[in-house]
Amino acid sequence: MAEVLVVVEHLEGAPKKVTFEMLTAARALGEPSAVVFGAPGTADKLTEKLGEFGAQKVYVAESDDITGYLVAPKAEVLASLVERTQPAAVLLASSSEGKEVAGRLAIKIGSGIITGATEVAADGTATQVIFAGAVIVKSKVRTGTPIITVTPNAVTPVPAPATPQTEAVEVAVSDNAKLARVVDRKVESAGSRPELSEASIVVSGGRGVGSADNFSVIEGLADSLGAAVGASRAATDSGFYPHQFQVGQTGKTVSPQLYMAIGISGAIQHRAGMQTSKTIVAVNKDEEAPIFELADFGVVGDLFKVVPDATEQIKARKG
Amino acid sequence: MNIVVLVKQVPDSGSERALRDSDKTVDRESASLVINEMDEYAIEEALQLRDAQGGEVTILTMGPDRATETIRKALSMGPDRAVHISDEALHGACAPQTSLVLAKALEQLEWDLVISGAESTDGRVSVMPAMLAERLNVPQLTGARKLTVDGAKLTIERQTEDGYEIVEAEGKAIVSVWDTINEPRYPSFKGIMQAKSKPVETKSLADLGISPDEVGLANATSEVLEFSPRPPKGAGVKVTDEGDGAQKLVEFLASQKIV
Repeated sequence: MAEVLVVVEHLEGAPKKVTFEMLTAARALGEPSAVVFGAPGTADKLTEKLGEFGAQKVYVAESDDITGYLVAPKAEVLASLVERTQPAAVLLASSSEGKEVAGRLAIKIGSGIITGATEVAADGTATQVIFAGAVIVKSKVRTGTPIITVTPNAVTPVPAPATPQTEAVEVAVSDNAKLARVVDRKVESAGSRPELSEASIVVSGGRGVGSADNFSVIEGLADSLGAAVGASRAATDSGFYPHQFQVGQTGKTVSPQLYMAIGISGAIQHRAGMQTSKTIVAVNKDEEAPIFELADFGVVGDLFKVVPDATEQIKARKG
Repeated sequence: MNIVVLVKQVPDSGSERALRDSDKTVDRESASLVINEMDEYAIEEALQLRDAQGGEVTILTMGPDRATETIRKALSMGPDRAVHISDEALHGACAPQTSLVLAKALEQLEWDLVISGAESTDGRVSVMPAMLAERLNVPQLTGARKLTVDGAKLTIERQTEDGYEIVEAEGKAIVSVWDTINEPRYPSFKGIMQAKSKPVETKSLADLGISPDEVGLANATSEVLEFSPRPPKGAGVKVTDEGDGAQKLVEFLASQKIV
């Protein structure tokens, strides 16, 4: 069976959930081989977990040149790995960086690329949900080695324990791949909350929240559920909540098990970022708000009454 | 500093968008077409740099004849001129092909910096700046929420999933920007009037030295096999809060085994 290269998404050696989702998807196409990029010592922290989700091999590309320069070194190493291993496909996360590595790789090896796949079939057909969730598309790469980026939270990760062989990959980064230097890297943590794009529950606040101080109401509900906090563009533009938590067309796209839209009217700009969520709950005082068209459960009411009350009841149930 | 801004005409994300049954490409005829929203931020960033440092701002657009409307709209914000790549053979071009065309066009222009939006609202593929950097062998400074130009040195704050990175480079570069970088200006009446007489150069594939069999739907590197409207969600439950809204909400969450 041909190998399938899966580019591991991690934060300083801590695997992201999308990595296990990709390993699961890759098993339909062939034998998953994980590719770990990072500073020296990164792969040691990851190998066991990668094996749990079926990685037969782990290619270790560790070098300060990988972390010291933007995107290009990873594409270069992947191009040589593709040439050597002739994989059935290359899977990457549909993150900003994942897509950019995929894009440069596509040019290097002359392959087609599909981004934002929510499913990958055994024959390489990828499913995408486009136009703010309105249309489902099935596409296939027809030139070269298929390069597919996978949307976080779309595939259900299924364990398939394996004991991966690890293989160090020589990292010889050319000068051409060293043009953009990463001189500093800052993690803006969401505190103890899960990361927005991989959270299974997201609670978002909108214009109706009214102020930055009032966002504590949203955070309170989120924390009672172990959820990530998001915000609509109206809320981030008004300075109620930091921009990196924006969910929508021009922000993050999320697809959690449960999405709670609080004080969000549900303009298309917002819907583009959350419409594929499995279950949607809305609280809004305007009963005509378009968000209710999407909601599996909606409460027409004052969020400042409903949300704190619900938060207390959830805490009570959880003891 | 001469800057080229990449501008794309897209179907309005606020309107009904569709694929065409005939060839499974984006329906551009029935949709209301607008400038890709993120591109306005790219134009604004370019104008601020030009106004501070001198030079020219050129709009570069690939698209059918109708994209002229979007080019005039872009020019009305203040750029100096535009290049419009239009050729019927480009219909249905995939991302690698588009990057080939834009790269060839950029090779024919004099520039110090290329700025684009970080993504378009139709495809949301978000690979074009990276592909162009790869093809043109210049630094990729992408996903910027802040850009600083100090002589030949360029520094960005790159928005990432986990925070941000400081990335720097020298010389010619491709920069892409998010909508957090600035507040785009509205075109003034004067700007709208002036845009009508600004030079727009139209180029064909032949002008770029690209053969029609390198591009277009028939030669695309990926193919749409089928598409269908997403099944509408079943009607949900809507309750009006009469003091028991929270309780009903929590009961719903319990019924979904969430609490």
